[in-house]
Amino acid sequence: MIVKVNGNEVVLEKAISLKELLVVQQVRTPEYVTVQLNNEFISAGSFEDTLIKDGDEIEFLYFMGGGQAL
Amino acid sequence: MKFTNEQMERYSRNIILNEVGVKGQIKLLESKVLIVGTGGLGAPAALYLAAAGVGTIGLVDADAVDLSNLQRQIIHSTTKVGKPKVASGREAINDLNPDVNVVTYQEWVSSANITDIIKDEDYDFIIDGTDNFPAKFLINDACVLLHKPFSHAGIIKFFGQTMTYVPGQGPCYRCVFLNPPPPNTVPTCKEAGVLGVMGGIIGTVQATEAVKYLLGIGELLTGRLLVFDALEMEFRTVTLASRKNCVVCGENPTLKDLIDYEQRACEL
Ligand SMILES: [Zn+2]
Repeated sequence: MIVKVNGNEVVLEKAISLKELLVVQQVRTPEYVTVQLNNEFISAGSFEDTLIKDGDEIEFLYFMGGGQAL
Repeated sequence: MKFTNEQMERYSRNIILNEVGVKGQIKLLESKVLIVGTGGLGAPAALYLAAAGVGTIGLVDADAVDLSNLQRQIIHSTTKVGKPKVASGREAINDLNPDVNVVTYQEWVSSANITDIIKDEDYDFIIDGTDNFPAKFLINDACVLLHKPFSHAGIIKFFGQTMTYVPGQGPCYRCVFLNPPPPNTVPTCKEAGVLGVMGGIIGTVQATEAVKYLLGIGELLTGRLLVFDALEMEFRTVTLASRKNCVVCGENPTLKDLIDYEQRACEL
């Protein structure tokens, strides 16, 4: 299946959770990333239970300013 | 208000624009913009707003000019090293455009002073040019509570991002990022570095948003986050979700008092 992460197409072999996607995408500090799934905020507590579906659009938004983009 | 011949000439490139005109230029000259931080972001924003003829510009910064600032903070110059940044900024602005009334606040923003500073001249628009998360959340909360529009921005390394908050017209910074990351979880820009032009690119976007807001033209970055990657040379605008339960701008706000988060100083 194909999803979009920050505007880029990503091919996934099987359905995975948002938590796994953060690992696949090598997000370094997932606890400080804001996640939007199809234009809705997903709270960090729901990363594990949220399954990614074909065609989903995911945005990882990072802290920036006064520190490194996490 | 009547223009002098000199002003007609100075602002001719603005005035010739249909969207500005004489009326718009008068609006700008009667406008007041507060710039918090005269560093990488605030410096170019201040210069362009001054050049455009924004009549009153407030500068907030407790710091003095350091040699290491000059790689990006283009409002300051070599002869100003050691001088308070707000004084250096005022001189640069008035060299560029003596029409501008510069109001200086040589202090760091905190819950104790930010409301008074914003109310001091009843600023029309605020630019967040700060370098740390406690200040960014403080500016957000103060602007939301005072119903003031502002431009948020952050830069690091080769990246930058910015969004505009206008009361009632989309999410605030806290809607997107909830709370500052704990101190020491993030290396400072002093450690991570930042390409000098990042402040120029993002700071001038902030100045553009201020001018557009003051003139009431175009589409602002409300409900959108502009993300810039200089290595890929790519701009993206991310449509932001809304957070009805935001503690400061949501339907039932619980945050009524400003918060001073633990600070870790960092020079943008
Ligand atoms: Zn909010």
